[in-house]
Amino acid sequence: MPVILNAQIPPGPLPTKWQEHRDHLKLVNPNNKRKFTILILGSGLAGASAAASLAELGYGVKCFCFQDSPRRAHSIAAQGGINAAKNYKNDGDSVFRLFYDTVKGGDFRSREGNVHRLAELSVNIIDQCVAQGVPFAREYGGLLDNRSFGGAQVSRTFYARGQTGQQLLLGAYQALEKEIAAGHVEMIPRTEMLDLVVEDGRAVGILVRDLTTGEITAHAGHAVVLATGGYSNVYYLSTNAKGSNATAIWRAHRRGAFFANPCFTQIHPTCIPASGDYQSKLTLMSESLRNDGRIWVPKDPKDSRPAAQIPIDDRDYFLERRYPSFGNLVPRDVAARNIKTMVDGGRGVGPQKNGVYLDFADAMSRLGKKVIADRYDNLFEMYEKITGEDPNTTPMRIYPAPHYTMGGLWVDYNLMSNLTGLFVIGEANFSDHGANRLGASALMQGLADGYFVLPYTIGNYLAGRLNEKIATDRPAFKAAAGETDERLRRLMQGSGKRSVDSFHRELGKICWDYCGIARNAEGLQKALSLIPALREEFWRDVRILGGENQVNQELEKAARLADFFELAELMCRDALDRDESCGGHLREEHQTEDGEALRNDEAFSFVSAWEWKGAGKPPVRHEEPLRFEFVEPSRRSYK
Amino acid sequence: MDLTIHVWRQPAPGASGKMVQYEAKGINEHSSFLEMLDVLNSQLAERGEEPIAFDHDCREGICGACGFMINGVAHGPMPGTTVCQLHMRHFKSGDTLILEPWRSRAFPVIKDLMVNRGAFDRIVQAGGYISVSTGAAPEANLTPVPKPIADRAFDAAACIGCGACVAQCPNGAAQLFTSAKVSHLGLLPQGQAERTARAVAMVETMEEQGFGSCTNYAECEAVCPKEISIDFIARMNRDYVKAKLKGVGRVRVESA
Repeated sequence: MPVILNAQIPPGPLPTKWQEHRDHLKLVNPNNKRKFTILILGSGLAGASAAASLAELGYGVKCFCFQDSPRRAHSIAAQGGINAAKNYKNDGDSVFRLFYDTVKGGDFRSREGNVHRLAELSVNIIDQCVAQGVPFAREYGGLLDNRSFGGAQVSRTFYARGQTGQQLLLGAYQALEKEIAAGHVEMIPRTEMLDLVVEDGRAVGILVRDLTTGEITAHAGHAVVLATGGYSNVYYLSTNAKGSNATAIWRAHRRGAFFANPCFTQIHPTCIPASGDYQSKLTLMSESLRNDGRIWVPKDPKDSRPAAQIPIDDRDYFLERRYPSFGNLVPRDVAARNIKTMVDGGRGVGPQKNGVYLDFADAMSRLGKKVIADRYDNLFEMYEKITGEDPNTTPMRIYPAPHYTMGGLWVDYNLMSNLTGLFVIGEANFSDHGANRLGASALMQGLADGYFVLPYTIGNYLAGRLNEKIATDRPAFKAAAGETDERLRRLMQGSGKRSVDSFHRELGKICWDYCGIARNAEGLQKALSLIPALREEFWRDVRILGGENQVNQELEKAARLADFFELAELMCRDALDRDESCGGHLREEHQTEDGEALRNDEAFSFVSAWEWKGAGKPPVRHEEPLRFEFVEPSRRSYK
Repeated sequence: MDLTIHVWRQPAPGASGKMVQYEAKGINEHSSFLEMLDVLNSQLAERGEEPIAFDHDCREGICGACGFMINGVAHGPMPGTTVCQLHMRHFKSGDTLILEPWRSRAFPVIKDLMVNRGAFDRIVQAGGYISVSTGAAPEANLTPVPKPIADRAFDAAACIGCGACVAQCPNGAAQLFTSAKVSHLGLLPQGQAERTARAVAMVETMEEQGFGSCTNYAECEAVCPKEISIDFIARMNRDYVKAKLKGVGRVRVESA
């Protein structure tokens, strides 16, 4: 039976909710902290910052990552920046304004309480990172520089060239390595979680596979923290790293954790278009480029002149035309949708006619090439390496690509899932971005969760649980280990013919075609019949070479893909169920006359939280109602 | 384009390995080097041969996971480029390419082109951080950092920890990697308190991890995908020597 979920948002005025809540959280005696074991999966911004912070507090931490070093987690690839309501530019920014922009940008499908907390903590994050030595961009006076980013009308984005994610992650990684050296964190790299162990509704441990030896081991903990990122790779072609996967959150879902808003995925507008069928991933070009780049297509679809030879009058600057006040800086979903419309309408550019121009010529003549080079040098270089074209002389070509998933495991205000003792942080949870994430907010959320939220709320959970014994010799571990062995054996036994990637590409195409930038009931129903059929074929016909007890990258990919199949189905089911448009979820049946997303607040102002009911059985949707006490949900308008 | 590829195949750590020749057929010039290996691997799989193992993740040149020797050059022929960002348009049909894992005693082979770079993490553990516990940080704009210093620190901080510098060095030295972190943190005002102790601890740990000594070949700089300058090595050496003259020893992180 569906239930109404309670997120445990503290009562009281918005600006003091978090402070009041913190003031009353239970504390763990400093001498007792080391007696607890916390298992953290993932070492990106959320995982590394949580592991370092919890270890500094004195907890015993084990941290796992599938990469060879925690420094390589996918947060490292974030380019643009991190938002913080410092108001250093004196342009009217404030915690409230960052909160409001985030709630509005999320199309009123996120929680007021969570988002306000995020905006409050944004200022602490900048302080922390600067103290760690993160080399943010500075002005000549030596103070921190900011830029406007992704649709914001104030300059609140801190950045480190085009490598902000790298520098923030290295800061967290270095704090983590310090705690590893001190013996407070046991770091276990090249290791992947294959199952969550649950006993009486409580997360008690995990099973992991050593990716070098194939050995499967059990680990027990007083709490399990999933910081394993999002699931954009369900689309196969995305901007995520090749290893990014949903197995940890999906296995937790199968063990009872609710999966919230799986259909809320973000398609990033500015990525390099695919160049051929060998394409293994897509590369993002930072959204910051839209600050100075102008997006256009030729007015005439048959215009085959090189970009520079097309006169202004023959160009359609379609974002500036349709959205005069925001222009090229409209939110990601709006930009992505408009770009797709142009390409679908036959006005795409490039050899495959699958992109639109992002042109810096005007900015270069206004500001000089040097200023533009200072801002975007590494992005221009990256673009040239990939395409062989120089953006200094030829406009970039861009096209949208899956980039971020707002959906994820359901958590309450304390970042705990419905399973007791299972915490979910960063992109892996669903909590703060609603139906669409604003630019430069992912880094903010990952670090807020890891540095400043979880260290408080996990203590509240652990206080009073000192006497709970943790051990891996309990029946729940044995049962889970048996199921994991069986699953891997089934994958390895396949005497089929097809490669893992060929299935993944096919699944990705179904998701992109029917659950991508725009969705409709007919397409989603089609996807819901195609996906299970392909999944059955996968289990029948996949071929994995090599052994189980060694490095086997095909086996790793196959096990992840098996989970993506199930997740893809839930994503489409959720997209079908949410019979409204909101944020990145555009249902073609629900649009304004201008083609904008048309929300239905009466019927859908809630979080969908899905419960797994077993293989082959339909999942059950629970609801967490969203109440807006402090802001009035309005229709987004970027005209 | 069609290529002849010789690859180091080694089934497991410590096992004996050998070079094996493959023909990669029908490669698109716009594919990346790793996409070329993907295609080759799928061709191998169709024949029932085990695919070639190699580390990779972001495929955007920033995570530092990928890297191997191509015809004796770490990350291949293009300057400032990781193998994932190296595109096949820089090769010709008919080329013969020799792929080997990173060459270094400190980076043992795990399988085929994968190596264990844990030694880099241990160098960072020795002092590659600024000690500031979560919550203890002062207001960010309290300490101005002159832009040229901040930019210089960034040049060093751009290191992705891929290991190309070590692999290319005839001595297998890790000075460029270590000096990049010593300089990034040592240039900033926030990093001054631990500057000398950090230099000593990181340099001495680097030596214990089995890396060779630096004799100024500068091959590291030539192959660094982030084009990090060997000037940072000189800077690290100055910090190290000054610390030793002052009698600064290694500060051990207190153990739990």
